[in-house]
Amino acid sequence: MFKKDLQGAPKQKLKSSAQRALRQSLLATYPLLTPHIEEILPKKGSLESMKLPDRNTLYVLDSVPLFYQNDGSDLLPHLKLVHRFPQAFPSIRIDRGAIRFVLSGATLMAPGLTSAGGRLPVDGGKPLEEGKEMEQGIVEDGRWSRELAKGEPVVIMAEGKEEACAVGTLAAGTDEVKAKGKGPVVEDAHFLGDGLWNLNTA
Amino acid sequence: MADTEQSEAPVELQSRNVIYCGVCTLPPEYCEYGGTVKKCQEWLEKHHPDMYARIWSPEALEAATAALSIDAQKRAAKDAQKKAAKAEAAEQKQANKLASSVVTIKRIERNKKKFVTAVIGLEAFGLDLKKVAKDFGKKFATGSSVTKLPSGGEEIVVQGDVSDELEEFILEKYKDVPEDNIELVDDKKKK
Ligand SMILES: [Zn+2]
Repeated sequence: MFKKDLQGAPKQKLKSSAQRALRQSLLATYPLLTPHIEEILPKKGSLESMKLPDRNTLYVLDSVPLFYQNDGSDLLPHLKLVHRFPQAFPSIRIDRGAIRFVLSGATLMAPGLTSAGGRLPVDGGKPLEEGKEMEQGIVEDGRWSRELAKGEPVVIMAEGKEEACAVGTLAAGTDEVKAKGKGPVVEDAHFLGDGLWNLNTA
Repeated sequence: MADTEQSEAPVELQSRNVIYCGVCTLPPEYCEYGGTVKKCQEWLEKHHPDMYARIWSPEALEAATAALSIDAQKRAAKDAQKKAAKAEAAEQKQANKLASSVVTIKRIERNKKKFVTAVIGLEAFGLDLKKVAKDFGKKFATGSSVTKLPSGGEEIVVQGDVSDELEEFILEKYKDVPEDNIELVDDKKKK
């Protein structure tokens, strides 16, 4: 998505109604952010948006990048936000060998997750129940507590590393990834060192 | 503050403050994937020795390579080499660019006995022309402003004939500009 360097654009202040809407859709997508929402989007903070190429929008608070959005689809966290609140985002883990591919913008393929160093959600994890969105998280050995569906935002952790290395949307459900063991899993990710990471948001 | 859902409520986490590499900007554990590993290591050792010891310890390095097959190790090494070469080439290119960049200080006669001095090319040395123009104005207590050139670039125009003083001031204040790269030009009015 952001393989090339990005040119910063002027930022625009968001109206308070737009800020409220953003806050709501953020919490709807990432319920685990609920305890931190005041810290991420303080009511008195000045939230701004920046237009990026290919109909992407980046949301920035006091020069700190928070989220980006492609043409009205789900809000995706900027990696710097993931680093601040890693437990709030469903994650999978790639093995060490896959790291350099992901960091060069390649599509993440299933073998990088199904190998010994990779981690997919626990087998038979219960799907989310309405009203129990807070009851999910890393349960054991770096595995998320439920299967993640195709189209869900996902954070990509890496074997032997503490911090996340990429963010994207699942091109296949994690149960399907386990069953098939091949094929693309995350395409067009935002990764460490890409154009979005290097963008000057000051 | 009392929680409504007592024991089941998730523990409140605070925003973590992650350290980023001062050279390549990534979390230091990912420096190995960039092309500036040597510089990253030097930076980390100086600024966060504890982190340096953890990330670059022999044990950590061994664990990192043991997980990869011989084939994958070879490919990774080749990849790292390529990246390092690329970063080096970029650095060299920048150095060459600086070496060949010229700052021109031009004395221009506007009309009889009235001169202005134009300075062209400072931006190549990473200087902000607006700030520099302000510095000039203060130093020489005279008008100094940034104006557009027909070629598309910008120059700083200082009122008065201050060529020699300007050269001295530039060398003293902006250390990135080498003396050999400054040229003085006298733009006489055509008679
Ligand atoms: Zn680094």
